[in-house]
Amino acid sequence: MSQAALLLTMTVNGDPVEVAAPPHWTLLEVLRYKLDLIGSKQGCDKGDCGACTVQLDGAPVLACLTLAIEAEGRDVRTVEGLSHGLGRTKVHPLLDAFDRYDAAQCGFCTPGILMAAEALIRERRAPVSRQEAAEALASNLCRCTGYTKILDAVVDASAVMTGGESPDENEEVRDAG
Amino acid sequence: MPGEDRERDWQIGKVHRKVDAMERMRGITRYTDDIKLPGMLHAKILRSPHAHARILSIDTSEAEAMPGVFGVVTGKDFTIPYGIIPWTPDENALAVEKVCYVGDGVACVAAVDEDTANAALRAIKVEYEVLKAFYDPEEALANRDKALTINPYARKGNLSKHVVLEFGDVDDVIDNSDLVVEGDYFFEGTTHGAIEPHCAVAQVEGNGILTVWSATQVSHYLHRELSKVLEIPPHRIRVIQPPLGGAFGGKSEPFDLEFCVAKLALKTGRPVKLLYTREEVFYSHRGRHPMKMKYRTGFTKDGKITGVAAKTILDGGAYSSFGLVTTYYSGQLLCAPYDFGAYRFESTRAYTNKPACGPKRGHGSVQPRFSIEIQLDKAAAALGIDPIELRRRNDLGSDTKTVNEFRVGSNGFVECLDKVETASRWRERRPTLPYGQGLGVAGSTYISGTNYPIYPNEMPQAAVQICLDRSGRARVFSGANDIGQGSNTMLAVIVSEELGIPLDDIRVLSADTDLCPVDLGAYSSRITLMVGNACLNAAQKLRRKVCEAVAKRWEIPRKRVVLAQRMALDRENPERNVPSAEAFQWAEADFGLLGEVGSYNTPKDRHGDYRGGTIGASPAYSFTAHLAEVEVDPETGLVEVKTIWVAHDCGKALSKRIVEGQIEGSTYMGFGEAIMEQHVVDPAHGGVHASPSLLDYRMPTFLDTPTIDAMIVEAADAQGPYGAKEAGEGPLHSSIPAIANAIYDAVGIRLDTLPFSPPKVLAALEERRRREEAGELAPHKADRRDARRSA
Repeated sequence: MSQAALLLTMTVNGDPVEVAAPPHWTLLEVLRYKLDLIGSKQGCDKGDCGACTVQLDGAPVLACLTLAIEAEGRDVRTVEGLSHGLGRTKVHPLLDAFDRYDAAQCGFCTPGILMAAEALIRERRAPVSRQEAAEALASNLCRCTGYTKILDAVVDASAVMTGGESPDENEEVRDAG
Repeated sequence: MPGEDRERDWQIGKVHRKVDAMERMRGITRYTDDIKLPGMLHAKILRSPHAHARILSIDTSEAEAMPGVFGVVTGKDFTIPYGIIPWTPDENALAVEKVCYVGDGVACVAAVDEDTANAALRAIKVEYEVLKAFYDPEEALANRDKALTINPYARKGNLSKHVVLEFGDVDDVIDNSDLVVEGDYFFEGTTHGAIEPHCAVAQVEGNGILTVWSATQVSHYLHRELSKVLEIPPHRIRVIQPPLGGAFGGKSEPFDLEFCVAKLALKTGRPVKLLYTREEVFYSHRGRHPMKMKYRTGFTKDGKITGVAAKTILDGGAYSSFGLVTTYYSGQLLCAPYDFGAYRFESTRAYTNKPACGPKRGHGSVQPRFSIEIQLDKAAAALGIDPIELRRRNDLGSDTKTVNEFRVGSNGFVECLDKVETASRWRERRPTLPYGQGLGVAGSTYISGTNYPIYPNEMPQAAVQICLDRSGRARVFSGANDIGQGSNTMLAVIVSEELGIPLDDIRVLSADTDLCPVDLGAYSSRITLMVGNACLNAAQKLRRKVCEAVAKRWEIPRKRVVLAQRMALDRENPERNVPSAEAFQWAEADFGLLGEVGSYNTPKDRHGDYRGGTIGASPAYSFTAHLAEVEVDPETGLVEVKTIWVAHDCGKALSKRIVEGQIEGSTYMGFGEAIMEQHVVDPAHGGVHASPSLLDYRMPTFLDTPTIDAMIVEAADAQGPYGAKEAGEGPLHSSIPAIANAIYDAVGIRLDTLPFSPPKVLAALEERRRREEAGELAPHKADRRDARRSA
């Protein structure tokens, strides 16, 4: 607390940002307390729950275990970034799928899961299976849903986002269309 | 059933996007910890390192002198005890004379930031006289030394509550039964694990009103207890529940943090926030009571239950919490879905020096359900009756009474059994599954709210206010707490159905004591039935006004006017229609500003006329059947639950996918309790929590969780809105015994204690092997051993 703040430069959701923060602050603290990006959640503050998951240079990281200085000069993307530039009327296809399946109950773990899922789909560039999604999201805890509807939504969104057919013959997915 | 003839299927039973999900996903929603006020201070609580100790002195002077520290409070600031149950006020916001468990709050500091507050906590000097701690409920109950009474407000030693109720001559009935099954069961403590930690913010407004924002699921009860402890009249306090990040019963009573932020805001004149660390969430607990249960059940040779005798010890932890109710529930909620003539339960709750237990999803009845459903499975095996068939033979049926005189209306239990039997292909597969694989079934029931509120009063249990305006919009004011289960959406669906406007045109404002009528909160699965009925009541009054105004202008009978699709239409000539906004304007012109209130109170004739007969009685009961498929590895003791089929009778699914989500989430939570969850303290280390993190307290991940096939059964109940009953808690119960029974089917072992961890499985397999070798038991599935792992 007594240490002098550092001036950090990073790109956050596409915008160049300069922010002063104590050197021991985490990326989560900077996002939430300095930049008012409250979408990233603090569930445990020790890397166990995944609610703070953001993307650093496109890869999912736990913002509560990442020091803010590690983001110096890098590209940070938070859940707010998924809706960036879409205005109020357009909806990101991943959010749309979560909404259609009621995959967010309390919604507190959802931002972290959205960021991990978006990174998975972008990296795969093809529709993902339930098993692939479950493996990629295994470090994100959800206590409400039993995970079922989240997997439905991720599989569905991956097909929409990559323009392919879902590899799963999943009745629930067809049911939602 | 409420309702008049009309197009019934515009919204009810459809799939809906939740009214508040999109803003949560966009990262815009402000949960409690997202509130940031000018000049806001941050508070932290100093907690006891001892499980049981007298406080000799507290010196806060050094902390108070630190730069950046604005206020310190201790137990002296909160001498009035409180408790969620008015009969058992046995805790203080901060410890006054003694601490009763590791983690008990002792002092609270408000400072410019959390780091400063934490540094100040380290500067507070507390002198303790350490006392012998009790971790075992029976040992605590046996204590006669007054100096070692755990809870200073306890009326009788370490006894928290004792209940005995008997219906019929149980011992005689059981003794004369064809088969008597006896069993000793232990249900381990488990906790809620909501991903959002508890958080509260308080601010004194310019007019002197104290506003408290809290991640609570019972804003009304919090409001009452704040008023009592702070000695401020309720009309000078405003409680707001911001959008909530999960609760499951873990936020259903006041906690130390709410009193502390309120007091510190009053003291410092600045807004104060307190966010629990995850460790504090584990210590605050109020989760599932560990229960030690002894069951004796009689059966006829045809598998009919003759009588049940249950003896239960509840490990309550340091405070009562809801424990009075839990003690009753541990016996009162056991009877349905089965019909039997004699029943006795004796339940004893003990204080121990551990985090207090309270209500977790399926309050008090998940534990006895575990026992009775295994008892039924043992009987089925002993009598050679199919376990599903045995349950069918004991079905209570509808429009009837349980042995403890609860009146049950609709009952879809047999249909639930049929659905899971068919979906799992039980009849074909169970006889052929090889050794190591098995199918197990269990059934259960739960309440749709309780007939009586926590504090006795004759006012409505639920109330809703709805306003329509000339823009064609509806605003719904409800005190109910949406904790993620979707109650705000449920209200919007009802208003939409009745007033013919889409969900987008409905704004639900909930859980703000300044804006909304009183509601008792999100507990005991009460909201859909109670608040739904109140909402329907108000919406129907408005619908009648709107229809009347339209009918007058079209010169047709009111009953011909239909409200749907954002229009008012003539039922007999749908070409004739008018937009909703215009219809509302006509009604406003005729009747003045369009606002109606609706309220709901429970019928008082649904229970027996005996002491305790009201506790656990509900207007309507849900029913569930679970069927689990497991694979047990006899070498490692690992149990893999592959699929759980679950059918739940919710009366009527007002919103299909939200109901499915409740069934899936409940089933998952039961699965976690069955396989891995354990909320325990470590007596060898002075009573510290054994696993106070989300890594060490294992909760199922995406990869652990089995495939869950959720099916909805709709036995509409005359008490519910459109026939609806609860869906949020019932579908947890039988998840656990279904897994236990599947393990028995797979490898022939009975696991009567939770969780089903590898060491327990291996020990039970070893015991079975020994008994097989001694000739006491025939080898399990002897003819189906070779086929194992053929897949």
